[in-house]
Amino acid sequence: MSKTADAIRAARANGESALIGYFPAGYPDVKASIDACVAICEAGVDVLELGVPYSDPVMDGLVIQEATELALANGFKLRELFGVIKEITSKVSTPVLVMSYWNPILQFGVEKFAMGLKESGAAGLITPDLIPDEAKDWLRLSEEFDLDRVFLATPSSSPERLEQAANSSRGFVYAVSTMGITGAREDLDKAARKVVSGVNESETGTPVCVGIGISTGEQVAEVNSYADGAIVGSALIKAYQQGGLDELVNCVRNLKAGSSK
Amino acid sequence: MSNLRDQSGPYFGEYGGRFVPESLIAALDELEQTYEDAKKDPAFIQQLAELNRDYVGRPSIITEVPKFAKLVGDVRIFLKREDLNHTGSHKINNVIGQALLAKRMGKTRIIAETGAGQHGVASATAAALFGLECVVYMGEVDTQRQALNVARMQLLGAKVIPVTTGSKTLKDAINEALRDWVTNVENTHYLLGTVAGPHPFPTMVRDFHSIIGKEAREQMIELIGSLPTVAAACVGGGSNAIGLFHAFLDDDVALWGFEAAGEGIETGKHAATLSEGRIGVLHGAKSYMLQDEDGQTVESHSISAGLDYPGVGPEHAWLKDLNRAEYFGVTDAEAMQALRDLAQTEGIIAAIETAHALAGVIKHGGKLPSGSSILINLSGRGDKDMETVGKYFGFLGGNNE
Repeated sequence: MSKTADAIRAARANGESALIGYFPAGYPDVKASIDACVAICEAGVDVLELGVPYSDPVMDGLVIQEATELALANGFKLRELFGVIKEITSKVSTPVLVMSYWNPILQFGVEKFAMGLKESGAAGLITPDLIPDEAKDWLRLSEEFDLDRVFLATPSSSPERLEQAANSSRGFVYAVSTMGITGAREDLDKAARKVVSGVNESETGTPVCVGIGISTGEQVAEVNSYADGAIVGSALIKAYQQGGLDELVNCVRNLKAGSSK
Repeated sequence: MSNLRDQSGPYFGEYGGRFVPESLIAALDELEQTYEDAKKDPAFIQQLAELNRDYVGRPSIITEVPKFAKLVGDVRIFLKREDLNHTGSHKINNVIGQALLAKRMGKTRIIAETGAGQHGVASATAAALFGLECVVYMGEVDTQRQALNVARMQLLGAKVIPVTTGSKTLKDAINEALRDWVTNVENTHYLLGTVAGPHPFPTMVRDFHSIIGKEAREQMIELIGSLPTVAAACVGGGSNAIGLFHAFLDDDVALWGFEAAGEGIETGKHAATLSEGRIGVLHGAKSYMLQDEDGQTVESHSISAGLDYPGVGPEHAWLKDLNRAEYFGVTDAEAMQALRDLAQTEGIIAAIETAHALAGVIKHGGKLPSGSSILINLSGRGDKDMETVGKYFGFLGGNNE
């Protein structure tokens, strides 16, 4: 069973928009990042996406880049990640999915990392720069440790690759809404709908959540009309930067309610 | 140990692969397919050959440098003059090939990363020639130390974007180019300038540069009646080195690669990836890289912008593990001395990158048997470096020597 998929399905069964919120570990420092993550969970996200700061984050836009750069500058070390997860999971029951580029995991040791995720209570891992084709070790170890694994599906993915993403993922499939960070709203929806329907054709039953470029409650509600959930990252960091925990909590509530501020 | 030459990715031993976001897979597949088709297309082969002859100025000549050789010992030294190519370095070989592929794929825009500016200038040149829009990402630090090349790119009609994130050098320029590519992949080809990155880049870029070794192999046989004892080149990402080495992989020819040891390996301020790095994943490929225990990329240091890169192409990692090629570090000071030595003994001004190969041969050539012959890839000319060189030797004030 997948903790992540269960949480998404439970939200949908309650007639709510499923919301996945991203925040980087160690930003602005370890203690503050734990407080922010707990606040995000208590404010109502269904799944927490906990980012691992990395020196070369090619999938991230400027807001997340600057935040994770600051976390590293403030001394964040990978071994602290598991303590952060433990603190969060001891306070809230929200599933915690770690989002990490591949090299830090490779250096830590894939098996040791999987074990660390399990022991600290994480639900699994999102791998933005690891495609299933290169993920032999992780596919095996995630089964062994009963962890969710989330791969990406994009507007440029072939039908075969969308099917592969669906078959390889556990928890949900991360549908990339647009090829860019910005882009006209209509294009965003059209591209995202195509990815979601492509993944759903595989009939694996794995939920599909849409991310990248989503920042308002309206967009969350709209995404939830055709997908299983919406993923929000930069908007949460911006809210935190503007008004600390209070603004962060407001932002999550507005997104979750599916209404614009 | 036969047929090392036939290795064509996606993996070189355990190295290489495609460690990139899914968003880029379709573009990489398209590029690989286009390249595979083009390789077999007589029209493409002919067009590339004509451009190499009539635009790049190939074949590049070989120059024997007997006075410089005296600094090394009782050896003969030959320079493969890639510095005489149009735009001043080997980089144009790959750029012309990839620009043709970009046209073939119907892309209207090319993007490129550049460190020293040589690849950026070559890309801007090809873009002008083929009528493509061109954007070049360059670390802010590098735009300052290579200001002349920035002006050249702008004159050629390219847009140069200074990269201000991370260490503000080549690695960050590649990150920005990858982000641009993820966003604009529909109309844009990423014209990657070295043998790193995800498959098919390491193989394809090598193939476009392998003309260096192919020509040199024939030229050496014609000149001295045999193959050289050693083939030597500088290594940053590794494109000029692999271009020279590839033709000799299955021959009895020693292969020496010289990396930037910066201010000295012991200072930690260097770019000696193969000598000092560990296996990891950077910019889409598994290879050696400079990193801390957490897998965070460590900033590299070199007086030469073109070698200032904490990664290296996967084929070099494979050749190192096989002991087929040897890699050594050369410091900033050793490279600058060798640059002046070649200028004053032979009247040839090499790029600072290339000077690392010259210095490496001075350092290691003495151990060769008397009468040995050394072929050095003179990968680029030093015009672009005159400000750095002039300051270093005090010609422009501010003697840093």
